[in-house]
Amino acid sequence: MLTKNGVKLNSIIKVENLTKKFGDFVALDSVSFDVKKGEIFAFLGPNGAGKSTMIKILITLLSSTDGSGIINGFSLIENPAQVRKSIGYVPQMISVDGALTAYENMMLMASLYDVPRKERQKRIREILVFLKLEKFEKTLVKNFSGGMIRKLEIGQAMLHHPPVLFLDEPTTGLDPIGRQDVWEHLLELRDKFNTTIFFTTHYMEEAEDVSDRIAIMNQGKLAVIGTVSELKKKTKKANATLDDAFIFFTGGELSEDRSNFRDIKRGRAMERKLG
Amino acid sequence: MLNYILQTITKSYIMAKMEIVKLLHDPTELITRAVQPILWLGIFGEALSKVRAIPTGDYTYLQFITPGILTQSVVFVAIFYGLSVIWERDTGILQKILVTPTPRLALVWGKMISASVRGLAQAVIIFLFAIILRINLNLTFISVAGVVLIVLLGASFFTGLSMIIASIVKTRERFMGIGQVITLPLFFASNAIYPISIMPEWLQIVAKVNPLSYMVDGLRALIVSGNYSSLPLDIFVLFFATFFISLLSTYMYPKVVI
Repeated sequence: MLTKNGVKLNSIIKVENLTKKFGDFVALDSVSFDVKKGEIFAFLGPNGAGKSTMIKILITLLSSTDGSGIINGFSLIENPAQVRKSIGYVPQMISVDGALTAYENMMLMASLYDVPRKERQKRIREILVFLKLEKFEKTLVKNFSGGMIRKLEIGQAMLHHPPVLFLDEPTTGLDPIGRQDVWEHLLELRDKFNTTIFFTTHYMEEAEDVSDRIAIMNQGKLAVIGTVSELKKKTKKANATLDDAFIFFTGGELSEDRSNFRDIKRGRAMERKLG
Repeated sequence: MLNYILQTITKSYIMAKMEIVKLLHDPTELITRAVQPILWLGIFGEALSKVRAIPTGDYTYLQFITPGILTQSVVFVAIFYGLSVIWERDTGILQKILVTPTPRLALVWGKMISASVRGLAQAVIIFLFAIILRINLNLTFISVAGVVLIVLLGASFFTGLSMIIASIVKTRERFMGIGQVITLPLFFASNAIYPISIMPEWLQIVAKVNPLSYMVDGLRALIVSGNYSSLPLDIFVLFFATFFISLLSTYMYPKVVI
């Protein structure tokens, strides 16, 4: 097996005993897992379970208190610049600029990602064609539908051909047509380029439909990791659904300290915008 | 190091270019922002120049306040520019850009340049209006180049200040509140609409540490008096204030995401 910095290349994300504390609060409590190259990996959990904190650490926006993480062979701590070049990130919130056209939005990210000047135009066109947005390249993005916005954001994250894509609730607020369209393109992306897709969602049927493996977080700890059928089996319940597994592994109780007001407000505001 | 500087310059340019493209898609902002300075010059200035209450030396009151009003409109644009940081954070743009291999300093400079471009657009409008009002200004190639430099430095300084406020307060409502609270004192505690010499002593001290005064002073030397003796000091103060504040906001700015 080929190795790079001692890590087997087939595991593209490797997290070991990752811990994050905010003061006394333990947001992530010694979490370990790995994601294989080309895998579609769902990262689930109730609000406040530590999903966002984990993503922020993996995309180098936040540093961990303890433990280590390696993405595409590069350490989060020692080589964040190389990690950034290896990943594409689509935040939960709308991250395109409505006052710019689709093409300009793409050009901005292509330039920021250091795509060689001569290639920028060609890559942007290729991706817009791939996402079936080429007819709208000169349209201001504020006139886009929710599904088109998401696809454009995914396009922006693909410009530098990263081996890993992080998507934070990519389909929240989309109608079923938009949701299906987004996933069709993500799956095609994986099949064509072997891109690893790491995503969070609150839609269990979506996680079940598309993911190769699922991790469920609960109160900062990794509650379980495995394929859909493995997770279902562990509930020891006949005809268990992924909903059942989710509730089984997270305790299934509503608690007041898990989500914060700002996140809820943002989430709802975004659903309104996209819907 | 050289690579970092090159990266910072190209990325600042990219960020600023996109802001300018946005402005070109929808230039209404430039027009609405021109209303206030036009009122200051056309009404306040005209009225006070009739009273002759303020000692302005060899110049008419309108000549005296034109650089002050120009400064005010540039500073007001810049001081509210940090709002875009909060907006970008509340959408996901900021997080997404922070994940790209872009030096943090470039994000700050990009904003500073964009605010400067808006400030320069204001300058053009104010100069045109001044010509309509027949205010006698000294507009030569050198004085205009000087105006560009001072507007660039002044807008950059106040944009940096604004970004620091945005990084601390994190919500639009608080930001707007603080913005309103600091703009008028900055304006009144400066030599924009009256000379420092007529102020009470304590206010003179405030006016002398207020970067806005140096901006007005520099612009006044360039387009009104033609006496450049204090210009090096004005540029020096603005340059170092801007340099210092860009470092501070580069340090503060990314903290806004958490």
